[in-house]
Amino acid sequence: MNETVKMAGVSKRYGNATVVGDVSFGLHAGETIALVGHNGAGKTTLIKLMLGLIRPTDGLVRVLGENPATGDFVARQRLGYLPESVSFNMALSGRETLRFYARLKRVDIAAAEELFERVGLAPEAVDRPVRTYSKGMRQRLGLAQALLGTPRILLLDEPTSGLDPALRRSFYDLITELRGKGTTVLLSSHALTELEGRTDRVIIINNGVAIADGTLDDLRRIARLPTRISVKLSQMDVAPRWANGGMKWCRNEDGVLAAEVLPDRKVPLLHDITADAALISGLTITEPTLDDLYAHFLRTQVTK
Amino acid sequence: MRNVLTIAGKEIQEGTRNRWVLATTLLLAGLALTLSFLGSAPTGNVGVNKLDVVIVSLSSLTIFLVPLIALLLSHDAIVGEMERGTMLLLLSYPIGRSEVVFGKFLGHLAILAFATLFGYGAAAAAIIAAGNEIGSGSWQAFASMIASSVLLGAVFAAIGYLTSAVASERTTAGGIAIGIWLFFVLIYDMALLGALVAAQGRAIPTGLLDLLLLANPTDVYRLLNLGSRGASALSAMGGIADHAGLSPPVLVAALALWTLTPLGVATLIFSRREL
Repeated sequence: MNETVKMAGVSKRYGNATVVGDVSFGLHAGETIALVGHNGAGKTTLIKLMLGLIRPTDGLVRVLGENPATGDFVARQRLGYLPESVSFNMALSGRETLRFYARLKRVDIAAAEELFERVGLAPEAVDRPVRTYSKGMRQRLGLAQALLGTPRILLLDEPTSGLDPALRRSFYDLITELRGKGTTVLLSSHALTELEGRTDRVIIINNGVAIADGTLDDLRRIARLPTRISVKLSQMDVAPRWANGGMKWCRNEDGVLAAEVLPDRKVPLLHDITADAALISGLTITEPTLDDLYAHFLRTQVTK
Repeated sequence: MRNVLTIAGKEIQEGTRNRWVLATTLLLAGLALTLSFLGSAPTGNVGVNKLDVVIVSLSSLTIFLVPLIALLLSHDAIVGEMERGTMLLLLSYPIGRSEVVFGKFLGHLAILAFATLFGYGAAAAAIIAAGNEIGSGSWQAFASMIASSVLLGAVFAAIGYLTSAVASERTTAGGIAIGIWLFFVLIYDMALLGALVAAQGRAIPTGLLDLLLLANPTDVYRLLNLGSRGASALSAMGGIADHAGLSPPVLVAALALWTLTPLGVATLIFSRREL
């Protein structure tokens, strides 16, 4: 796979405050990457570094082989960017706005206007001033401008915050389509939950440092988070054999036993529990959510 | 160059959409018409060409109004877009920061030129409609008055960009812009006058006076329009203009320098600024 974005030992300091500290990663064509972190963790700063809007204090940033801060903007021609809470001039209509950006990117106006349909901006809304747009419509217009000129790299800063679920879904469908065409899509988000099944790779950023980088399965494996198993017993006063197997079971008044089980012990335990099916009347398995995973990585970094 | 024109086009589009163009043109036209009708009353039958009187009144109007309009348009140009978040997106496009500044400048200049030309043109049209005959010399003076008014607008637009590039907040930029307007339009001349009075008739070296006049773009504009031809007799500038050894080309060059320097510095500061 060819590398489209390269960050090597990149740091950014403002005075004494380190916003990004020694971040290194490479992004490849056809890859969808999620940049996850709190508000203020340094996600937007990383994106701005890739755009060349700010210069790194240390390290090297290369976008399509160019230094984005000095290059003659050839790379920017093939780069789409959707800022966090995108804003446009309120007085101009959606069509006028997109035409303006299309001219700057040297994109054919007719080709640009096809994007309205692609992002699902209704034809009757296109000629209304942006002032009258809802948040979702503004976000669609923002996405339309990011897609101008079939970019090879898409940088989307919290693209789905504030969107309704239907819109979010169509948004991810569009990203899947782009990934098929070999576009590098980087999305930043402060929630891992909605990214399940959407991304190839997750980079978790905290306090300007990349604390985890890999697929969601990789991260799960590294984290070794316990699965929560709760069993509802058919009779209240029975103490099943498997309940004293070294795990810490809690029993509540409804006769439900619950315990946290590490991944490698999960399957043998389930086997034991289900061996005597007459004893139990219910079984719930709660896998660690992505939020748990995220919290785990943040915790481990703090203790480090 | 194409980027510059695209940005300029968008500024003009925005200006027409948010009624800036309409408002400034109507304001200038309204005041120009009022001045050209009222302003002719005190002259009675002096015998000067009526357009010359209008040139004197319109020049005084320009000195107050055009810098204010230019500063109001321009002080928001950079810091305002940064605050609204539109600059971030714009700069992610393949466009240089100097292109952004020059494009905006060109757009605002076009708005100012349109407003001045049609606003003041209304006054000239009214005079013709009233059946006055106007000599070609007066037309020339009128044309150069309009051109220099636009140039004065360019100076203050450039200064406005400089404040916009320096200020970290829109309101700060606005405050600085008002301060600059007050300084150049009101305070500077009062201070200069005070200094002349304090000198108690002692001759001020011509070189120093020239320098003091060139240091204020509104004074340069005043000399350019009121210091020559029929107009000098009607305005108080005649005395100073005779005294100062500044020819129109020097004055125009001074205004050009007053435009390019702040614009260049604004571009430089904006290019270094991190978003």
